[in-house]
Amino acid sequence: MKYICLGYMNEEVWETLSESDRNTFMDACFAYDDELRKNGHFAGGEGLQDARNAATLRWRNGKVSVTDGPFAETKEQIGGIMVLEATDLNHAIRLLSKHPSLQFGHGGSSWEIRPAADLTALVEASKDRGKR
Amino acid sequence: MTPHLPQLLGEIYRNESRLIFAALVRLLGDFDLAEDAMHDAFKTALEQWRKKGIPSNPRAWLVSTGRFKAIDLIRRQSKFDPLQAVHAEQMVAETVDPSSQVDKAIEDDMLRLIFTCCHPALSLDARTAMTMREVCDLTTEAIASAFLVTPATMAQRIVRAKAKIREAKIPFEVPPEHELPDRMDAVLQVIYLVFNEGYYTSSGGSAIRVDLSSEAIRLGRLLHTLLPEPEAAGLLGLMLLHESRRSARTTPTGDLILLEDQNRSLWDRHLIAEGLSLVAHAFSSKPAGPYALQAAIAALHAEAAHSDATDWAQIAGLYGLLLRIHPSPIIELNRAIAIAMHKGPEAGLRQIDAILERGELNSYHLAHSARAELCRKLGQIADARASWERALALAQQDPERRFIERKLSELGAASYPD
Repeated sequence: MKYICLGYMNEEVWETLSESDRNTFMDACFAYDDELRKNGHFAGGEGLQDARNAATLRWRNGKVSVTDGPFAETKEQIGGIMVLEATDLNHAIRLLSKHPSLQFGHGGSSWEIRPAADLTALVEASKDRGKR
Repeated sequence: MTPHLPQLLGEIYRNESRLIFAALVRLLGDFDLAEDAMHDAFKTALEQWRKKGIPSNPRAWLVSTGRFKAIDLIRRQSKFDPLQAVHAEQMVAETVDPSSQVDKAIEDDMLRLIFTCCHPALSLDARTAMTMREVCDLTTEAIASAFLVTPATMAQRIVRAKAKIREAKIPFEVPPEHELPDRMDAVLQVIYLVFNEGYYTSSGGSAIRVDLSSEAIRLGRLLHTLLPEPEAAGLLGLMLLHESRRSARTTPTGDLILLEDQNRSLWDRHLIAEGLSLVAHAFSSKPAGPYALQAAIAALHAEAAHSDATDWAQIAGLYGLLLRIHPSPIIELNRAIAIAMHKGPEAGLRQIDAILERGELNSYHLAHSARAELCRKLGQIADARASWERALALAQQDPERRFIERKLSELGAASYPD
């Protein structure tokens, strides 16, 4: 089963980290990503640019409105997403518990694990509606 | 053939239904399906045992029958759903003959049930509801009334928790050794919450409500039997030592009696003896955990023949150790009270004032009650009155309010000569 993992970082904490702290953090994270890849648990993922570079789209007054910045202005912003291939939630928790960002994030790092939804039935139902 | 079959089945249901249910959850991978399958199995037993006699291993028979009933059900449904058909055939293929199971496997099923209901990805409310429903086998209505919510709210809580277990794929397993301490915490937290809920509400005199303290102790015993870890012993010991004082804690009309004023001959000696030996076990591993420390404090109270004989110095020390694990203003308050008993009210009052000055316990009625009592002992009657009044404004429970009102009127009598 796939679990989408959203990696959050508290920007204020990140700002306080020294260059060597950041290097330690990055080196450990990349090494662990490789390990996940090697064992077949890494089913995709990307690091994200600064939340300031985000654009948010909404439907406003009958048209799409584009605004600057992330969806929600909070201290904790998503810094990366990863798709984990795991047998169940405990397995996903176990794999992610070892992610070095937690240990080397100086308390500013957290992960949210979201089980991927199985949309097969919804897709089938939608196709059926199309046929009718 | 067996005129007492309904009684016999009733007895099997009372003693073994949770084990049968837990085994079926493991075999079927679904709480609701397991529940239906178990009831089907009991119904079938009533018909078949009458004709064919009682099987040599009734529990294994019920598990096995329940499993086949569930597979039948899925096969019938799968006529309309190809995905279900695959599921049913998988289940037949994964056949383990339940009658070949040894007791260890059955105990593991019970632990799996506990750890799944108490998974940390579920909220504390959801964990508590699931444990009461699935492990203790209480009805949704009984749990709702015990926790003072509507049955609809409680039912929704349980349905959502089951959906999360199913959809997020929370597995039905006992955590591996290295994860055990953390996962145990989530279980112990639920049991202690249930116990405290019972401890503080049982004096209300509402006999129709489930006795939550007893349920918590039953759960604590079950957990400690299945998994005799030090903290499981600590929590069970703590609960038994508190429980030993149950009949001394309130007057027949439900008014509170403080520890120092309780008639100690009413304390249950059997529970105390059992509690003390559990505390010894809980301290067998160092460093002692938070439940072991709290149990040790309860043990020091239990061992004192009268309140003046209490070893307050050691109690203050244990609160100090507890503070190092769990920094909390409430534990600090308790330590301040122990210090007051050990070194005198002035030393205690200084500490309580320091805690109140930080503002954290300003709306906690027991902090003001404690302060009032120390002020009274020091003859600061006006201060005592102000603190009791503050406590009265904050207290929620009727017995507590009556207690404070009594204290206020005693102050009134004492201050007349002024």
